[in-house]
Amino acid sequence: MFHKSKIGFAIFLSFFTVLFNLSAFSQHETKVEEAEETFNPGEMIMEHVGDAYVWHIMTIGEHHIEIPLPVILYSKYSGFHVFMSSKFHHGYESYEGFKIAAGKENPLKGKIVETIEGKELRPYDISITKNTLSLFISIFFILWIFISTAKSYEKRKGKAPKGLQSFIEPLIIFIRDDVAKASIGEKKYMEYLPYLLTVFFFIFFNNLFGLIPIFPGGANLTGNIAVTMVLAAFTFVITTFSGNKAYWVHIFNTPGVPWWLKFPVPLMPLVEFMGIFIKPFVLMVRLFANILAGHIVALGFFSLIFIFGAAYGAAAGYGSSVLTVAFTVFLYMLELLVAFIQAYVFTLLSALYFGMATEEHH
Amino acid sequence: MGLVTPDFGLVFWMTVSFLLVLYILKKYAWKPILKSLKEREKSIEDALKSAELAKDEMARLKSDNEKIMQEARAEREKLLREAREVKEKIISDAKSEAKTEADKIIGSAKAQIESEKLTALNQIKEQVVSLSIDIAEKIMKDSLDSEKKQKEYADKLLRDIDLN
Repeated sequence: MFHKSKIGFAIFLSFFTVLFNLSAFSQHETKVEEAEETFNPGEMIMEHVGDAYVWHIMTIGEHHIEIPLPVILYSKYSGFHVFMSSKFHHGYESYEGFKIAAGKENPLKGKIVETIEGKELRPYDISITKNTLSLFISIFFILWIFISTAKSYEKRKGKAPKGLQSFIEPLIIFIRDDVAKASIGEKKYMEYLPYLLTVFFFIFFNNLFGLIPIFPGGANLTGNIAVTMVLAAFTFVITTFSGNKAYWVHIFNTPGVPWWLKFPVPLMPLVEFMGIFIKPFVLMVRLFANILAGHIVALGFFSLIFIFGAAYGAAAGYGSSVLTVAFTVFLYMLELLVAFIQAYVFTLLSALYFGMATEEHH
Repeated sequence: MGLVTPDFGLVFWMTVSFLLVLYILKKYAWKPILKSLKEREKSIEDALKSAELAKDEMARLKSDNEKIMQEARAEREKLLREAREVKEKIISDAKSEAKTEADKIIGSAKAQIESEKLTALNQIKEQVVSLSIDIAEKIMKDSLDSEKKQKEYADKLLRDIDLN
């Protein structure tokens, strides 16, 4: 099994090496005026934390080294389109009527748009973007890690954990005993445990992946609102569908509240009803904002080197780098902690909501 | 604005992938892992429980041993005491028997002595009587060899009879 996974990993790596080489040969000379453009930290940071149709790895001199990614579009006007993002030539050219929207004030900036009768319209866009690819890569690692761990449980039946098992087992037991069992209760926690474990490790691993500065890490996946929205939506759907009678009674006829808060103006029911949606919304925003902020601050510290360098000469840039690197290292330590805490908080709150939904009425 | 607007494509891929991950992990990772964790916990718990039982058993055996030892000691003491009693009884019995025997022997000896004494006394008496008779005869023969003396004596005897 170990060898098999090794081979699988080798195939996986070689696949990306091929992609990488393709892109390396398709480098384009950038225009001279862009290379001389002054460093804009805001733009750089936004580019790093945002999504893109290419995976930019580095720029050496005037050469961009990046992985072009597949673009998948469906337009009401021209149907399905599948092509590599390298067809856009770094956004300077349009292809099959599509282009990457530009312009400082454009709300669709950086997205693929179709120009129909002079208007820029957004097609249905399920392109494999940087974040999507990063999602696939992290999923590959997650599946690989946990399935091989499960195998070693079967192989080493009844023995003490070893290797990867020893790292994962305390976390699993932590989620099982201190999160699921504590919040949902002895009777029903097993139903929700697979979801809670998946969510926990998914967020935790992607948080850590986001902290790896080079490919295949570095994408800001858990700091992307689409990802946190889907996760929060799962928690919302599971909570809503497992809500028992006591849960709905608690929402629409909250016990222990004076009657005039429910009638004639149903103030409490309204608040409670809004709570159903606010809870997952807060889950979504908390994870998104925490991870995004971490990325922005880390990049901000790095940008300081270039800001000082641009403002007071190269020496100032080199000098300040000592301090900024120290700060960034500190921030990384903090982010490692945050990576765990945010995964834990998301899982714990989800478990609490499930617990509330399934709590028996006393 | 770009950062807080969820992108349709990513939402789509995220939903699909997450559902897949959830399904695959549930089936191929969490199920076997949680199962073997539970089994291991159970086996540890069982082992602890049986260790506890063994400990109890040991304690029980130990206390049993103690009890048996105590009983044996009591038994020994009892036996010793009984033996001592038996010994004393035998001794005292023997003593009393010897005493009665001795008493009996002494008694019979005494009786025999008494009877022997009586016999001897009787014999002596007879001897004395015959001797006395002999002596009296001889005296009589001496003193009554004359007619007159015989007469006088006969008279005296007659007088004595009257007085009686």
